[in-house]
Amino acid sequence: MTVAPPGIAEETVLSFARGHRLQHDRVRDLWIVQAPEKAFVIEGSAPHILRQLDGKRSVGDIIQQLTNEFSAPREVIAKDVLALLSELTEKNVLHI
Amino acid sequence: MTLPSPPMSLLAELTHRCPLSCPYCSNPLELERKTAELDTAGWRSVLEQAADLGVLQVHFSGGEPMSRPDLVELVSVAQKLNLYSNLITSGVLLDEPQLEALDKAGLDHIQLSFQDVTEDGAERIGGLKGAQARKIRAARLIRASGIPMTLNFVVHRENVARIPQMFALARDLGAARVEIAHTQYYGWGLKNRGALLPSREQLEASTRAVEEERAKGGLSIDYVTPDYHADRPKPCMGGWGQRFVNVTPSGRVLPCHAAEIIPDVDFPNVKNATLSEIWNASPLFNMFRGTDWMPEPCRSCERKERDWGGCRCQALALTGKAENTDPVCELSPFHGQVKQAVEESSSKGEELVYRRYR
Repeated sequence: MTVAPPGIAEETVLSFARGHRLQHDRVRDLWIVQAPEKAFVIEGSAPHILRQLDGKRSVGDIIQQLTNEFSAPREVIAKDVLALLSELTEKNVLHI
Repeated sequence: MTLPSPPMSLLAELTHRCPLSCPYCSNPLELERKTAELDTAGWRSVLEQAADLGVLQVHFSGGEPMSRPDLVELVSVAQKLNLYSNLITSGVLLDEPQLEALDKAGLDHIQLSFQDVTEDGAERIGGLKGAQARKIRAARLIRASGIPMTLNFVVHRENVARIPQMFALARDLGAARVEIAHTQYYGWGLKNRGALLPSREQLEASTRAVEEERAKGGLSIDYVTPDYHADRPKPCMGGWGQRFVNVTPSGRVLPCHAAEIIPDVDFPNVKNATLSEIWNASPLFNMFRGTDWMPEPCRSCERKERDWGGCRCQALALTGKAENTDPVCELSPFHGQVKQAVEESSSKGEELVYRRYR
């Protein structure tokens, strides 16, 4: 059983905080997060995970969808998703 | 031949006009007049070209960008181009209908400047009566709108002791971010260096105040130190022509806002060439790009791709040659000049020279 970091549980619904957004950088062909007076590159599975955030579905729903999509163990996917989302929540890029 | 990597951010100096006259203004000594300013179509084209070139964020600045009646329209152009838009403003012209229009146009962030926390201190620097109350009102309106806000405080000898109160004001006004920026000594700032440069003791106290505030949490803090007190230079603009492009009110394209002092080179203008041609191929942008231009001691320095030799404009202003090592570097033969300026800084008060059209 994966333990969610404090503040984020499977039933949590997250979205981007005002002033932050996910964006495809068409010139460099990268995914970036735009934030106040900075932009940072995100790689690996992160862009795909962040694209699922619609302000409606819970973290658990997203984990379930990615589990179906990639036929990987739910626990492995949950660990990745929770690590990413809690890090970005701590940085105030995402909010509950 | 490979092209240089594209710029990340655009500083759009929409106008040099401003109701304030701060003696450390980052605008050049020769301010551009209203009649020389690009029109709306000119700026629209700059934004379109910037987005095509790879710019991700546009900072609408000035002067006071709110002096331009087409600001809302330009923010909306940026929004359509998926450019992250930041408004760098003094706030003194901001009212509720204006803010609402900017919000609707898709403005992403506002950087609001304060000259001080006291009315007297603020008016002495900005030179505008009643400005502080207008700024506080602007901050409350921005807070209520939900647009993310950074408060910016430029610090110098006269207000540096009040950094703790600056943080308190930021928390009171609900800003998520604060920038404490020591004055940078180019242009107007250099002209007023004798009156503004803090002593080493003042700098150390300011750094402690920032660290103490950081430890409390809940506030994101950007801290810009005055490089005069350092032993190694800052990587100015992240390297000449590497990440940053500045367009002046009249359409001149510069690698940094102070670059117009560089001698013996043509300043490209968006009226005569595309932004891409200027970024990739103009003599100005290629002048100090990368490391090939470097003389010693930079050329053989292991830090040359970290600090890029520091600041060209500072090298020019203090040593007479832009290609010299930034004299902030302890390896520069001119480092003594910087040390001398620091030593003299605590001695006597000097009159401020305010920013104005000449």
